[in-house]
Order: sequence, then structure tokens, then C-alpha cells
Amino acid sequence: MKKNLNVVGESVLRNDVVEKVLGTAKYIDDYKFDGMLYGFTVRSTISHGKIISINISKAKKINGVVNIFTAKDIPGKNFFPMILNDYPFLAENKVLFYGQPIALVVATNQEIAKEAAKNVFIEYEELEPVLDIHYAMKKNSPKIFGSDNILRKYIIKKGNIDQGFKEADVIVEDVFETNYQVHSYLEPNGMIAVPQPDGGITVYGTMQCPFYVHDAIANILNIYHNKIRVVQTTTGGGFGGKEDVPSLVAGHVALLAYLTKKPVKLVYTREEDFHGMSKRHPGYIEIKYGAKKNGKIVAAKVRYILDGGAFATLSPIVLWRGTVHAVGPYDIPNVLIESFAVATNKVPCGAFRGFGQPQATFANESLIDILAEKLKISPLKLRQINMLKPYSRTATNDKISNSCGFKKVLSEVIKKSKYEKILSKKNENLSTIKTGAGLAIAFYGVGLGAGGKYIDRAGAYLQIQKDGTVIISIGNTELGQGVFTVISQIASEILGAPYEFVKVLQPDTTRVPDSGPTVASRSTLMSGNAVLDAAKQVRERIDTMVLKLFNKSKGKVYSNGKEYFISTNPEKKIHYLEVIKKCFVQRINLSATGWYTGEDVSFDSETGQGKAYYSYTFSATVAIVKVNILTGVVEVKKIVSGHDIGKAINPKLCEAQIEGGVIQSLGYALTENLVLKNGIILNPSFAGYLIPTSMDIPEIIPVIVESKYSKGPFGAKGLGESPMITPSTAIANAIYNATGFRTKKLPVTPEILLELKNKK
Amino acid sequence: MKKKITFYLNNEKVVVKCHPLKTLLKVLREDLNHTEVKNGCEQGECGACTVIIEDEDKKSFATNSCLVAIGQVEGKKIVTIKGLNKEKELHPIQKSFIDEGAVQCGFCTPGLILVTKSLLDNNPNPTDEEIKYAISGNLCRCTGYIKIFAAIKKAIKLVKKIRNSKKI
Ligand code: FES
Ligand code: FES
Repeated sequence: MKKNLNVVGESVLRNDVVEKVLGTAKYIDDYKFDGMLYGFTVRSTISHGKIISINISKAKKINGVVNIFTAKDIPGKNFFPMILNDYPFLAENKVLFYGQPIALVVATNQEIAKEAAKNVFIEYEELEPVLDIHYAMKKNSPKIFGSDNILRKYIIKKGNIDQGFKEADVIVEDVFETNYQVHSYLEPNGMIAVPQPDGGITVYGTMQCPFYVHDAIANILNIYHNKIRVVQTTTGGGFGGKEDVPSLVAGHVALLAYLTKKPVKLVYTREEDFHGMSKRHPGYIEIKYGAKKNGKIVAAKVRYILDGGAFATLSPIVLWRGTVHAVGPYDIPNVLIESFAVATNKVPCGAFRGFGQPQATFANESLIDILAEKLKISPLKLRQINMLKPYSRTATNDKISNSCGFKKVLSEVIKKSKYEKILSKKNENLSTIKTGAGLAIAFYGVGLGAGGKYIDRAGAYLQIQKDGTVIISIGNTELGQGVFTVISQIASEILGAPYEFVKVLQPDTTRVPDSGPTVASRSTLMSGNAVLDAAKQVRERIDTMVLKLFNKSKGKVYSNGKEYFISTNPEKKIHYLEVIKKCFVQRINLSATGWYTGEDVSFDSETGQGKAYYSYTFSATVAIVKVNILTGVVEVKKIVSGHDIGKAINPKLCEAQIEGGVIQSLGYALTENLVLKNGIILNPSFAGYLIPTSMDIPEIIPVIVESKYSKGPFGAKGLGESPMITPSTAIANAIYNATGFRTKKLPVTPEILLELKNKK
Repeated sequence: MKKKITFYLNNEKVVVKCHPLKTLLKVLREDLNHTEVKNGCEQGECGACTVIIEDEDKKSFATNSCLVAIGQVEGKKIVTIKGLNKEKELHPIQKSFIDEGAVQCGFCTPGLILVTKSLLDNNPNPTDEEIKYAISGNLCRCTGYIKIFAAIKKAIKLVKKIRNSKKI
């Protein structure tokens, strides 16, 4: 045997892309059903106010309009289940943000539905909107959530913060702010609901979390779970933007189908998607570090505030993740973190790749560079002195396990980027183009952690068919990240079945038990382990058959990926298909269900201490930039981004995750600038909100480090989010190195850079 | 005010009756069920709806079908991604996109493949800058474009190889 693994660790080709290059893959808007109607959402045109009346008479007269529904038509509960359960499907007597759904039009085609929506007239009594988090937190501001506009707050206390700062030789502190980020998945949100003969409903759509959608439909229609089926269609990107809000879209379309007894399609226009769907939270972070002369950080204090928008949805757990990681990936004995998610009359913010961490990282990884300069220690050295290593303790006093390849990640990234050389190189005084290098590092708790531990489980179903092909169902969704391929590799490896034989079926809530959401870089770990469990049960039965065929009563059976053999006689082999055939003749059950629950985690909400996550990934990114100080234009030349992910099941897919994440982070740093006025988004299009194009792309060198996690499938931890966390701050630090302008705001648009320059 | 409009779609003659200002994207998706042409914005900003249009004088170019009124394509040839594969075989550009891992969610993929095809039809030896420029109107939020560049470069080689072998 040359190697231990046949297909895990290999960059096999994805098994879901032939249909995508042929154009035959079906996304939600590509489906049609007989007699299908079309929905359109009537939205609030003000940021805050009371609804006095809703006049639908003119709209209803339009030819082709079937009906118009409002909150009073909802047979079940008027909110979708999500943590604080505060987001109504349709506004009842007040609206809290521009774009909030108020009524639903259903018509024979989309144009008519859209036209009719414009002719629904709503009379409001306008109220003063709360647009700013600081104002929202003041005593005298209008209250739109509870008695204080605080959606959630946390505190983390470790050691003695006052003592810590007293011991410090040097103290630095600053304030950092970040703007919204829009997911900009290329496929807008959308769903189709089809009523069933038994009074139930089937909903198809683009989504990350079919089980959330399932709960939402049960809520709005007040029908049993076993009458609802949710099927994920091929999904054109998610990045967190299809975690919570598809529940809203699905609830709406289910309601329309239920009330009209016809299939209904509701697909958002890009503009609607901009106005109505969730965003990355704007962040405001006050941060302070105290350090000894030798560089050891002894105290860290953070006040971290997220602008949650009008409803809580996922804000409590986005805030939680940001809080847990707020002082950075450092071993600091004395910590105080206070954090708040604040309600404002703006679009509700939710999940976005990185989940509260990119904001916090911008603050701590900028401040660490400021501290380094003050201490006259290199930014690299300062990080090396303080960074987490095996057995050191995080801010929540969680002990880092030995699945920690942080040191290696950092050293490889430094080496491959020539960071130190570029950092110390002086720019020509007269030149208008300045070159610089920047570094940022982070850790990332994999999975839902203690913030979502009751839903951190996953199921799987696996079956070998008569011809040896394999079908698998999992509860996590394919969003483009490649999870179906990874799952197929894991199953293929364990079963000894050729990879090409394995197919993962369309996620469907009737196929596997609730497996939680497809978020938090948890799919490889959770669904991977569930499939591992199922595949192992089937493999055991296969092994028994193989031994029987070899006339052995016991022994270990091996596979080379298509044939089985035993160690005592490795020359003699039996083909996989032959064994499967024998199993069928002998009526062996070649199917199994699998299950995995996450390791135990805990969190004391009084002190903020506990085992927040079962495992962490570690990352480091160096950015090399060229800045034109006359125009303020930043060109990113190169990004080296390294990640300890435990094990790369498919290295090429991992590279792709890193590249994609890095570029989203680059957009976050430089070009993606959502502009709001009075709570209204002024640039709700790709013409006004600029995501990176092919012209903005630097050289990217992905680095993968494998420091195995004992409970992960083949040692894997997770990767999806990590690449989104550090690059933006590495770019900001590189801009400082190039120009001497320290930005405290993201994005750093050319205007902001020129402003910084003028101030200097 | 419906009008009869005739054009050629993937080499087949089609006749539609509709308002001449209806967009080509809508006609393709809604009236002709060619859902391989994607709608990412309907504002001419994402490239997901890209098709290739061939003029009377055989000049072809890739364009956003959401910005084209159906009245403008009278008599013209339109190619969508489904017009690329004769029989079951993948077009070399499609093959390169798979081999290089340039496809993630796939929503941008038909558009990007068509833009690449149009580029190579008009310029078999594009420079790196020309490639970047050619695809700059096609947004991809998943890949970071790196593997798309790689796929295009591979496709250039493959297409050349096929052309050369045909010459012999
Ligand atoms: S749909 Fe035509 S450019 Fe976006
Ligand atoms: S692969 Fe998802 S947008 Fe390009």
C-alpha cells in the first residue's frame, strides 16, 4: 500500500458542475408549474411609522391580479422563528424599516404583480426614525425594541482588567468602524410553493437552511410539519445571505399558494433583494491594549457594537461570535469585552461569511500594528509573542487543543509573501505610487459553538443501489462551495466505492432529520461525520461479505478504491461491484442512516467564560498593495492567505474557497460601499454598489495547513468563513505601511484615503 | 402592440409575437423557456444574461440580453450556452471550466463561458489584459476569478489545438 487514502485529500473534479456548464442546472427561477401564479411584495416606503390604512382597491382592479393579502390573512403566527422571534412576515400596524414587507400581491404574471404592488396605497403616520446606534442607545431616543433598543448584549470578563492595565508599560486605544456589506450572490432570493392534495405544501427555493424554512412555513400556515416539504434547488451563492431571510420569502410564497390553492412563484428583483434582504452588520469598535515593554499584552478591553437594523433575526449570535473573538487570536490574561447589538430603523442585518468577526478583526488587527509601532517591535514579532498556541487560553478561557497549526500558517505566509522585506523597504519620496505590505491574523471557532449548541447536529442517509452506485442525502446544502463533492469523497473513501459512483441528492426535509443550518463552516464537519457514520455501518456489512468470499472468519479488509483485499493476501482482490452483487443476492441491507452531534460546549453568560467552540481554525494573510497618493486608488498586487483547516478533503476546492473569500474581503476593504440616507439604501444595484470584477484581482497564493482535529472527518475542521476574515485588515495595514495613512474605517475608498492624506 | 419577430436561436429559426421593446432576456426565458440564460439583475450590470449575437455581416459579440430589445434582433443569430455543445460533447471552454475548478455556484457560468467564446472567436490569442477586460462585465461572487482566468487560458490552448488538428 502506497498511501492510506484513495480519494480523500485528492483534488477530484466536482460532481455537480456538468449541468452548470451545460446550462441545464435549474435554479429557482428556471422552474415552472402548471397554472402557476406570481407574487410580488408591497414594501414600506418609510423608515419608521404607523400604518393608518392599506388601500388595495385600485390594485385589485388591475387585469390579472388574483388577490392581495395582508397580515390579517395569515392563518398562523405572524413571525418567522429565529432567536427572538420578532420579525413579522407582514407588518401589522407599524413599519420599522424602508423595504419592510406589508402586503403580498398575487397575479397571473410578474409584471402585473409588480404593477399592482405599486398601486397598493399605504397611509402612514411617520415617526422619527432611529438611524444611528449611538442615538439608539441614548435614553431620550425613540424605542423600537424593548425599553433600550438593545437586541442583545454580552460581557466577557477574564482576570482583572484594572490590574492588567496598571501592569502595562504601554497602552494604545482607538475606535474603528466598518460599513455594511451586501452578499451580492448572483442569484437573487426566490421561492416557489406548490399546494398538495392533502392540504400540505411543498416549497422549492434558493436557500442555505431548509429546516429553518420548514419551521417558518409551519408557523405562518399553522399546519403540521409532516405536511410540509422543503426542497433546495440549485443555489446561486449564499454567503450567509440565504440563511435567515429565505424563511421570510418562503413564508410569503407559502401563504400565497395556500390561500389561492395554486402554485406561486416569488422571485426578487435585484433592487428588492438589496432593499429587503439581510446585510453584514456595520460595526463600531472601541479597543484598548496594554502591553509590557517586551511586547507581552497583559490587558485588552473592547466595546463592540453592531448595528442590527429593525429586527433581531440572527444579530444575537452574530454578536456572540464577534464578541468571543473580539480581542483577537491572542493569549491575554486580563480581558473585558462588552458588546451590544442595537436596533435601528434600517434593513435588518444577519449572517454574512465571517459572522461578526471581520468587523472585530479590523479593530484588533489594526490596533496590534499601532501597538507594534509604539513598542518598536515588528508587527510580526508582536503577533508571535502573543498569539494562541496549543494549551493557551482564549478570552473565554477556552483551552486551545493541539489541533493548532497557527505558527506554521504564519511562518508559511510570511515566507511566501516576503512580508518582512517589503515592510521594511522605504518608498521613494518623490514617487506618487507607494508600495506596502500588511499582515493580519485570526482564529475562528468552527461550527455553531455554545451560541447554537442545541441545533448542532446532523443526519445523513446512504444507500448503495443494485448497480453499485450510491445515493446520499444530507441536511446541509450545496451553495457552490462544493460540499456535495466533499461528502461524496468521504463516502467513497469509507465504502471503498469509486468516487464517480457516488451522488448526493437534492436536499429535502423529508429525507433526513433536521440537521441545522448550512453556516459557520460546519458542513464538512457535521454532515461529513454523519455520512461517515452511515458509511461505516454499510462498510462493516461489506467487509463481512468480503471475508466470506475469501473464506475467512476474521481479518481486516482493505480497499484500493475499486477492489477489496485482505492484509494476509494483498495480491488477491475482489472488485467492489462483485461484492455488491453478492450482498444483494444474500439480502444484505446496504443502506444506513448516520448521525452526528457536536462535542459539548458551554458558555456562562454572566462572566462570558467557557468552552465556546469545540475547535478552532487559524489563519494569516499578507497583502501587498500599491497606492497612488494623488488619486487615492489602491491596487492590491498580491495576497498570501494561509489557513489551518485540519485536513483538506479536496485541496482544489479549498483553494477556491480561499480565493473567493479573499476577493470578497478585498471588496469589503476597498470598493463595497453601501450608502444610506434616512435609512434608505441609495445605491441598490451593482452599478452603485461595486463588488470586485476581473480587473481588481491580485495574484493570490492560498496556503493550506493541516493540523488534524481528532473529531473531524479525516481530521477536517472547516474553511468557508476563515478566508473572509483577515484579508481586508491586511490590506488596511498594507496601506498604512505604504503611505503612513491609518484608516479607521472600512471600506477605504479613494475619497477616504485622500481625506486622510489631507489631514496629515 | 405585438409584432412578429424572426431570429435564429442556436441555429434554429424562431418566430415570436410580442412587444418589440420586451427584452431579449425575457423572451428567451419566459416565452421560449431558454432558462439557461440567467437573470442576475436585469440592469445590465452582472453579465449573467450574456448571449452571443451575430450580425448580418457575420460580426459576433457577447452582450447582456437584458439590455437588448427583442425588436433589435430581427434576422440575427443568437447563441446561448445550449448552442455550444453539438451532440453530447462538451465544448472545450466548458471542459476547461470544469477541469480548472472555475465553477462554484454556477450562476455566472453560462455568461462567462459565452463571453470567453466570443473573445476567442474574435481574438484567438488574447493577452492577459485582454482576457481580464473581456470578462470584466461578468460578475462572479464565488470564485475570485482566479480559476476562471486559469480556465480561459486552458481553453485558449485547447481551442488552438483543435483548430490546428482540423487544418491538417
Ligand atoms: S441580468 Fe443582464 S446584466 Fe444582469
Ligand atoms: S460561480 Fe457563483 S457567481 Fe460565479
